Parts: sequence; C-alpha cells; structure tokens
Amino acid sequence: MTEHNDQVFAIQVEGLRTQFGPVVVHDDLDLNVRKGEVLGVVGGSGTGKSVLLRTIIGLNRAAAGKITVLGQVVGEGEAKAERQLRRRWGVLFQDGALFSSLTVRENIETPMREHTELSTDLRCSAAELKIALSGLPPDAADKYPSELSGGMRKRAGLARALALDPDILFLDEPTAGLDPIGAANFDLLILELQKALGLTVVMITHDLDSLHAICDRVAVLINKKTQVDTIPNLMKIDHPWIQEYFGGPRGRAAVGSAERASAMSVGGSNLVEG
Amino acid sequence: MNSGERTNIAAIEGVADFRLDGEGTGHPLGDWTTVPLGVAERSAQKARKGGALKSLNLSGLTKLDTNGALALLRLAEQAGSDGLIPLDNPKPEHARLLEVVIKAHGKDKPPPEDGTAIGRVLARLGETAVNQSKEGLELLSFVGAATVTIFGLLIRPWRIRWKPLFSQVEATGLNALPIVGLLNFLIGVVIAYQAANQLEKFGAQLLTVDSVGVGVLRELAVLITAIIIAGRSGSAFTAQIGSMRVNQEVDAMQALGLNPLEVLCAPRIIALMISLPLLVFYADVMGILGGAVAAMFALDITLVQFAKQLQAAVSIDHFWVGMVKAPVMAAVIAIIGCFHGLKVSSSAESVGRRTTQSVVQGVFFVIAIDAVFSIFFLLIGV
Repeated sequence: MTEHNDQVFAIQVEGLRTQFGPVVVHDDLDLNVRKGEVLGVVGGSGTGKSVLLRTIIGLNRAAAGKITVLGQVVGEGEAKAERQLRRRWGVLFQDGALFSSLTVRENIETPMREHTELSTDLRCSAAELKIALSGLPPDAADKYPSELSGGMRKRAGLARALALDPDILFLDEPTAGLDPIGAANFDLLILELQKALGLTVVMITHDLDSLHAICDRVAVLINKKTQVDTIPNLMKIDHPWIQEYFGGPRGRAAVGSAERASAMSVGGSNLVEG
Repeated sequence: MNSGERTNIAAIEGVADFRLDGEGTGHPLGDWTTVPLGVAERSAQKARKGGALKSLNLSGLTKLDTNGALALLRLAEQAGSDGLIPLDNPKPEHARLLEVVIKAHGKDKPPPEDGTAIGRVLARLGETAVNQSKEGLELLSFVGAATVTIFGLLIRPWRIRWKPLFSQVEATGLNALPIVGLLNFLIGVVIAYQAANQLEKFGAQLLTVDSVGVGVLRELAVLITAIIIAGRSGSAFTAQIGSMRVNQEVDAMQALGLNPLEVLCAPRIIALMISLPLLVFYADVMGILGGAVAAMFALDITLVQFAKQLQAAVSIDHFWVGMVKAPVMAAVIAIIGCFHGLKVSSSAESVGRRTTQSVVQGVFFVIAIDAVFSIFFLLIGV
C-alpha cells in the first residue's frame, strides 16, 4: 500500500475472508471506497452485506485479509489508536440501535461526552444542531426511543452517528421500513449531508430508488466477492443476478423515477426540510 | 505521556487555538473539529476576557466541522448585542458548512419547561398518584381475568397446555430445590441456636424443639421459600413475558387468535401453585433437620429424642397452617409476575424496570398475606 492510496481511498479491504464455522461468507474479497463517494452495497439475502459492514468496523473478526480505514489497519493498532479511529466513523444500525434508557438528546451526547471535552452548554447545543440536521422536530430531543416512530428512530440514529462529525458514515439499510416519501426524503438528507460535510458514505440497501438517487458507485456481493462499478457499467456485466436485479421490473422503474427526480431537484437544496 | 506521542496525536486529531488582536478581531486558528474543540472553547473564553470581540477572521482555520462551526456561531452570537458579529474571510468550503449550520441552528428551540420547581414537584406527585391507582385497578382486573381463565381451564382441562406447565414446574420447583433447601436448613440452625441460648436460662433447653417446630412449620419455611420464589420465579415470569412483548410475540399471538392469558399466564400460575406447596413441604423438612442438627451439637439432644419431642409437642395443625398459605402466595407471586410481564412496553429498558417492580411487589404481598393469615388464624383460634 502506498502513501498515494491512503489519499484516494477511505477504506481498503484486501483479500478478506470471513467465516462462521464451516460457512464461508466472504472469500478473497477486495473493496476500495474512495474518499467523498457514496457507495451502495447490494446483494441477495445471506450474501453477507451486514457481515461485511460489521467486519469493517471491527465488530466481527476476519479469518484472513487486511482492512485499512483512513490509513489505519483495523484491529491491529493499539487500544488508543483504535479508539481514535472509532471517533472518525459513524454507524447507523438497522433500527437505529438507540440506547433505550436515554432520551434522543442524551443518545447524541453520549459519544461527545465520551470522546471530547466540550462544555455542557456547547454539547447540548451541538446535540440540538444534529437533531435539526437530521430533520427531526426540536421537541424530539427529550423523547425516549420507544416514543418515536420507526422513521424518527432512524433519523435519531443518524443524528447520533453524526455526533462527532465523522469522516465516514456507515448506513445499514437506512430506508428499509420507511414509506416511499419518507425514504426519498431520507435519501435526499443523506446526500445533502454528504455534500455539505464531505462525508464518505457506505450504505447497505435494497432500495433501488436510493441506489439510483444517491450512490456514486455500487458494490454487488456475488460469489463471496464484490463487483464495484457505476450502475450503467454494472448492467453491462453478463451475470444473471445482476441482470435480474437492475434489469428487472423494479430496477427499470427505479431508473425512470430517478431520472424524473433529478430533473426536478437540480440545484435545489432543501436540507432542513429533507 | 512523552512528547513524541503527543505530536502523533496532534497530527491525527488536530490542534485548535483562538487569539484576539488589539482591534477586537478574533482569530480562530488550526482545526476547529470536534475532538480538540474543548481546548478551542476554553482558549476563546480566556481571550474574550482581554477585550471586546467585534469580528471574527476565519482565514486561519485549517479544518472545520459542524460542531466547530456551531462553536464559532455561538461565539458570534454571544459577542453581538443583536445578531451575529461579522464572520470574515472564510474559505469557500467553510462558508458552505457555516451556511448549513446557521440554517439548522436557527430552527425553533423546544420551549423550556414552564412552572415553578414546587409546581413541577406537585405535578409529578399527582401524576404518580394517579398512575399508581390506575395500575392498582389494572392489577385487580388482571387478577379477575386470570381467575376466570384458570377456572375456565379447570372446567375444560383438555385446553390446559401441559407441556409448558410441566416445564414451568421443573423450572420453578425442581431447579429451586438446592437454594430453598440450603436456606431453610440454615434458618433451622439459627432458630435452634438462638432458642437454646435463651431457654438455657430457664433450664428449658428441651423446649428448643418446640420453638424450632412451631417457628419453621408455621411461619419461616413458607415465608422464606415464598420470598426466594418471588425473587427467582416472579422475576423470571416478568422477564420472559416482557421480552416476548418487546419482540411483539404477544401481539402475534393475539393476532393468531390465541389468548396470552391462557397460553402464557395460566400455565405459569398453575405451575407455581403446584410447585410452591411442594417446595414448602421440602423446606419444612430441611428446616427441622437444620434445627435437629444444631440441637445435637449445641444441646446434646439426639435425633431420636428430637423426633419424639417434636411429635409430642408440636401438633399437626402448625404444619397445615404453614401449608395452606403456600398456594395463595404462589398465585399472588405468579399473577404479579405475569401482570408486569404483560405491562412491558416496547423498550428493553422497561423489561428491567418491570422485573424490579414485580420482585418488590411480590415480596411485599408475600409478607402482607402472611400478616393477614396470622390475624385470621388468631381469630379462629388455630
């Protein structure tokens, strides 16, 4: 790995092999995520999308291979370096994974309390800022996760993921379970935040609309490996799953709606409403 | 921390600073990013004591993130009497970020809590009182519903779910044998030693047998066992049913036309009403055995003498007085456990809170029922 690669890529996965007992999930998998891009990760059920994400963020140990995030090899640094690395990424789990005993505000303040020395006043106001950025109403701050709807929990989870202003944002099915309007708004929100904050986003999704709307490139998990490219290029690959996924009725419908959406929202920035 | 390490961390996390020049222009310097921001905040507060802040010059900033931008904005707000003081010379990417943050920061704030402190305390007191009485009523109606369900099952015994019932008897009864046996044995030992100590003064050591027999059979075995079971099985019922609620299993059951009272609660209540009396009988045996062993060592009363004296002095009534309480306590513990389990809302945290409540209320009612029984037996002269 050269110095140059560190500048270009936020995440480099080389020769990754993960397995649970006899079941091999990934075998000799390579994946490079460029700085500042939005990468979608797709694949059939059970192809190990979530496992890949968990392995990159160090929740899962790889059987072989090397994962470099922001120039640092995951799982090999000293405890201190690992902690510092964790400050530089934010993760939105599938159902938000908010701490149920804390209010939304306290959830967002938790990483700040743990990793920074901000004054109470600034921390509180930073939490409110994140709540506003993620499109939650201000009165959500003092509610508990059980009092929120699924969509609001996702937004609160996003607000917590953004608490420390990370360089990389990992999203696990951010739009699953949202209604189409809510999902489209969430996509726009992520795109706006990504542009405004210069984030690198890795997003697992099944939502073809989000793939077309916000992803720069898409990684398809097939045969325990990845194929990474833009959607038009991926559609040239002659693989039955890829063809069926992007070329099927839903895939074609998503292309149409993405074209309509981009025609409407050119230059429009509706971050706060998003 | 050595200096080499420090530069290393500084390289990763950045250094932030703030200077105020003679003309009232503040210069935020370095990386105003989240991690070093605490330092930046403090140095800004310190610098502002040196003179009034009239504007901010952002040209010295190398990195900025949303939290840093927020800190700058707050600084500008605090310094400006009305509105912000000017933010000059931002780099293009910083200007963009500031714009985003200003837009989000300007949104409505949640209204502060109104009312005085005393008013809030009173409001909270009233709220708690109302909630508690509501829940008391709910518990009462649950007792009714559970009773109806169980009697319905007794009329139609083929509807009883035997498999979960017996697995609950195993979990609440058989698996509790070691702890119940050990504790009651020790209680027997304690009673015998204390009684022997006191009765020796009157030369009436043999009466130790009476006090162990009456104390254990009538009160202690059933009380200790019921308290252990309230802590052990009442809490388990709440946690089991509560996590099923969190997983929406209870909702699924209702949607499939199954009655959770019949499927989840009835087997547990009936199972505990079977296993607690059996455990109390076992506890009686272990308690008296403990007393006998202690008497053997402390008073040189042999086991045979002990048994003879027990038979002569302690009537069988004492045994039945203890025994008759067991099913009642079992029903109360199980009903409270199931009630709190079903009251769990959708969060994991409420499982914990309800489990605690279930144990506290279970133990409370065990002791309260024991007191009621004591008065009752006193009145009827048993």
